[in-house]
Amino acid sequence: MSKRALIIFLLSIPFLFILNHFISNPSLFSPYALQIIVLMGINAILAISWDLIAGVTGQFSIGQAGFMAIGAYSSAFLTLNYHIPLIFAILFSAFLSLLAGFLVGIPTLRLRGDYLAIATLGFGEIVRVAILNMNCLGGARGMKGIPILSSFFSVYLVLAISLWFCLSLLRSQYGRMLFSIREDEVASQMMGVDIVKYKVFAFALSACLAGIGGALYAHWTSFIHPDSFTFMKSIEIILMGVIGGMGTIYGAAIGGAIVTLLPEGLRLLLEQNPLLYQNKEFIRMLFFASLLMIFIILRPQGIFGKKE
Amino acid sequence: MNLFLQQLVNGLAWGGIYALISIGYTMVYGVMQLINFAHGDVFMAGAFAGLVVANLLPNKTSFPSVILIFLSAMLFSTFLGILIERFGYRSLWKKNAPRLSLLIVAVSISLLLENGGLLIFGAAPRSFPQIIPLKNYSLGGILFTNLQIILILTSLFLMGFLHIIVMRTKMGRAMRAVAEDSEMAALLGIPRERILSFTFALGSALAGIAGVMVALYTPQINPLMGLLPGLKAFVAAVLGGIGSIPGAMLGGFVLGEAETLVSAYLSSSYRDLLAFLVLILILLFRPQGLLGKGAVEKI
Repeated sequence: MSKRALIIFLLSIPFLFILNHFISNPSLFSPYALQIIVLMGINAILAISWDLIAGVTGQFSIGQAGFMAIGAYSSAFLTLNYHIPLIFAILFSAFLSLLAGFLVGIPTLRLRGDYLAIATLGFGEIVRVAILNMNCLGGARGMKGIPILSSFFSVYLVLAISLWFCLSLLRSQYGRMLFSIREDEVASQMMGVDIVKYKVFAFALSACLAGIGGALYAHWTSFIHPDSFTFMKSIEIILMGVIGGMGTIYGAAIGGAIVTLLPEGLRLLLEQNPLLYQNKEFIRMLFFASLLMIFIILRPQGIFGKKE
Repeated sequence: MNLFLQQLVNGLAWGGIYALISIGYTMVYGVMQLINFAHGDVFMAGAFAGLVVANLLPNKTSFPSVILIFLSAMLFSTFLGILIERFGYRSLWKKNAPRLSLLIVAVSISLLLENGGLLIFGAAPRSFPQIIPLKNYSLGGILFTNLQIILILTSLFLMGFLHIIVMRTKMGRAMRAVAEDSEMAALLGIPRERILSFTFALGSALAGIAGVMVALYTPQINPLMGLLPGLKAFVAAVLGGIGSIPGAMLGGFVLGEAETLVSAYLSSSYRDLLAFLVLILILLFRPQGLLGKGAVEKI
């Protein structure tokens, strides 16, 4: 399987390269369409990152936006001040968010899952407030003029790499261990799985992936602000994972694409009514929250998940 | 020394408020092992119910209307708590769904309430009418207001009342039985669904009253006001030992005092970070909390 996956992955690179040529051509695709297509890819990466810790390992993290912010700010700081290529900036931000994942994960994952939710919520807020107060990162003014280094090609290449990596991970012995932790912590401990170790491992990996997503995001929008990484962003990421089906990596990626498209449709609807348009942020969140609840209660396996 | 005593008095009022909110967290956790993220927003809804009723009443400062405002806040949030339990959690809980699903529902209910509030009342803070005219007193150089005394006495009275309900009534005994072992309680004929409703009602009623108390004390309210006190009350519940009602009361008072002392002696900007620091420390060194029993994982 992994050999076939590798071949498919290697074949996808020239394919992406050719596709990139067409999609980046403004006469074929409008900048608006390109914008949405690239954001779909970035959101798919973020959704995969959440799915790895929540869907696969069963630990509820609600601080993905915090890791995303770490990745976005650290990479943007490097490219803006030292003009290094994107690939090194991404590697650096991946390392930094991996480190942050270990720091948050080690104390909290020793305990039962519920505490991780609160700890990651607090962590996300702490990161945001810390950035707001750091002048070298722009503080409340945000960070402007980040070079636009991400492209359709780089985003979808990273997406392909993370899909390939996560799928082979889940088919390996380690992936089985993560699934067993989700199903029954006590039983998997009995079978000799070091549950704390693998929970921390999955959490740090998920943080790392979220950081990479953040780095790509920063170099696509060229402007980042602490307000782009609030609790609401984390909720958006969770919605992507849930809609696609928790525990299915492909599902999460497709969920990311769907949640990128939905608000665009909603915006078209709201634009016709000025009163509603004024409150579009609240309506968007109400819509997301109801969708999340409906999915969890009525179709917990998501669109692509299997029924247990 | 005087400054220290003064800060202790100031902290008591916040301590009582945190204690009232954290009781709701701890009771729900005891019965269904769920962190009810929406609890802080039930507290917000109580404050807004109080505001709406206060704006309707002609004579706000008379004693009956003060009582009416508190009662209506309490009733509204009780109603809301029962609704949340009935339509949010119950079906999942009956199906024995994974905890993760319940937590996601809790977060989405919290978002629904917050954004619903923002849609109806707008994001701008609203001032709460002064239904209890302020009077200042001084005792041995320590200043306090009649409002602080009323808040502290009300919260103590409510906690005493709750203690009687939980320890002395049939419903309270059933609730403790469900918290101890939900399957066994069901086998013995205790209607678990009713107990669950009752627990949510009780916790939400206390949160609603706490909402009006905060509205009177600050005196401003906005639809996002439940976020931070909700989180802090949760930390207070963990600090006292989650699942333990006396623990929640103690944790609330300890956190209220600690916050006031930190903002008095260090800086008020550290005030909001303290709760998270306390949470991390308690998780590292005493995860069962101050009054919690040593955790023996049942298999």
